[in-house]
Amino acid sequence: MGLYKKYNGKLKYKGTIRNFLLAAVLLTIALVTLFPIYYMVISSFGAPTEAGGASYSLIPKQFTLNSYKFFFSFSAHSFRWILNSLLVASVVTISNVIFATLAGYAFAKLRFPGCKVFFFVLLVAMMVPYQVTQVPLYILVVNVLKIQDTYMALVAPTLVTCYNVFLAKQFFTSLPTSIMESAKIEGCSQPMIVWKIVVPLSKTILSVMAIMTFLGEWNTFFWPFLVCNSEAMQTVQVGLKNFSFANTTYFAPMMAGATVSALPMFILFFSLQKYFLEGVTVGAVKG
Amino acid sequence: MKKMKKEAMWAYVFILVPLCTFIVFTLYPVISAAVISFQKYRPLGSEWVGLDNYINTFKNGLFYKALKNTLVYSIITVPVSMLLSFMISIMILPFRKKLQSVFKAAFYLPAIASGVALSFVWKWIYDPLPSGLLNNVVKVFGLSNQNWLGSQKTAMLSLIIMAVFAGLGQNIIIYTAALLGIDSTYYEAADIDGATFFQKVRYVVWPIVKPTTVFLTITGVINGFQSFQNAYLMTGGGPDNATTMAGLLIFNRAFTYFEYGEACAQALILAAIIAVFAVLQFKLSSGDVEY
Repeated sequence: MGLYKKYNGKLKYKGTIRNFLLAAVLLTIALVTLFPIYYMVISSFGAPTEAGGASYSLIPKQFTLNSYKFFFSFSAHSFRWILNSLLVASVVTISNVIFATLAGYAFAKLRFPGCKVFFFVLLVAMMVPYQVTQVPLYILVVNVLKIQDTYMALVAPTLVTCYNVFLAKQFFTSLPTSIMESAKIEGCSQPMIVWKIVVPLSKTILSVMAIMTFLGEWNTFFWPFLVCNSEAMQTVQVGLKNFSFANTTYFAPMMAGATVSALPMFILFFSLQKYFLEGVTVGAVKG
Repeated sequence: MKKMKKEAMWAYVFILVPLCTFIVFTLYPVISAAVISFQKYRPLGSEWVGLDNYINTFKNGLFYKALKNTLVYSIITVPVSMLLSFMISIMILPFRKKLQSVFKAAFYLPAIASGVALSFVWKWIYDPLPSGLLNNVVKVFGLSNQNWLGSQKTAMLSLIIMAVFAGLGQNIIIYTAALLGIDSTYYEAADIDGATFFQKVRYVVWPIVKPTTVFLTITGVINGFQSFQNAYLMTGGGPDNATTMAGLLIFNRAFTYFEYGEACAQALILAAIIAVFAVLQFKLSSGDVEY
């Protein structure tokens, strides 16, 4: 028995009707949530005119790839924006997985002076709103280090996030210590323990971490927007904003760019759905 | 003893990079935010101004308006989004695993699309012209043409509606995970007592998923208080600052007016408010939440 009543035998039709009604309601809501994405994709096939002349049709009246061409020829760097995003997101993801794993393991399974203090500081740091650090970080990167408009500036602040270290630590704590103890007795060094024992046992959580980090970094707008002035160094999210001017917007080309930038994420999502959906619940649901 | 030392040495090696990143990009900025908040910041030689930045902030009417806007935004968005996602998660339950995933994917997809792109799509939906999409929809219900983002009456509401739809998927996935974890014996016991469907939802499901609800409330409010992007991209805080929220206020102070000191003071006040709220939430709920 579950939350819903089970109908058997003659009354089975009742269950069918109920499920049908529920499905109809859910489908309606899904149509609403998916609508902006649908609208983004169909309007990208429209003609690359300025906003004023565009029409608001729900069904594509025409099908041209001109807006895509327009997007890539709009700026000399359109293509580079995507490469920049790819590079930044990849580097951040790889470094997060490596360093969060190592640190998470240290916090979960190794004993060292200051362990508790460091971890506590980490927890507090996670709760600091980004508004507090944004101005000093900007000053640090632009005025002190003078690395504005470099990949370094884009990547460095998120090289390892406290959240990922915390996530890794939480998961590694649940691994049986005895395996690591016996490996140590066999003469396995600490880096080898991480590589040969911890990593293979934690593939799921590490994949989740990688995917969520990549997704987050790919969609980041704020930081690249702040530290990148030259068009060549913008990421695709910042680049999209170039299609909007004070009085007008190149809507169809912008949507073409938006579709191009969303495509890798959608492909990733549909091939790795399980990890995406699991990723959201990590840390939220006990048990 | 020697072994212990070796272990500690490795531990330090392992936490070295995260620790350095943390010191340079979190700890140092936090401390320097506190310092800058007492200064009139200049790239070459800042001027110490004591509490001026804080006093200016508290004297500024816009600051209170922004706080009020932030509060209204969070207080409406979070419960509405949670109630909706709780109901949807319950409705998803009777279906087979495959179908559940299809629905979850459909609801979650907006969270994967770029926020910048979606905010421009929504801007288009809210277009003030009679040909605008939402205006066409409300015309069916006999309502007149609205300037959704441009009118003081509807601008905030428009941002809230958008935020609710964008955040739904995540909450739904977290709620369904919690719902699927409920032991069926609870339902059996309720059935024996002759509980109706709604009684089961009210007295069995709701109390059991309460920790999840608390978690979602706290994270939702924290995110709401920090929200910046949608208001920045869609309304720019207007009309007449009706959608200027704390995040946007701080951003403008810093990067439009270059008042770094005042921006830091405002950010620290915001952080204090968030901290108080989080602690309060935690205290209020910890009575009946078991971890």
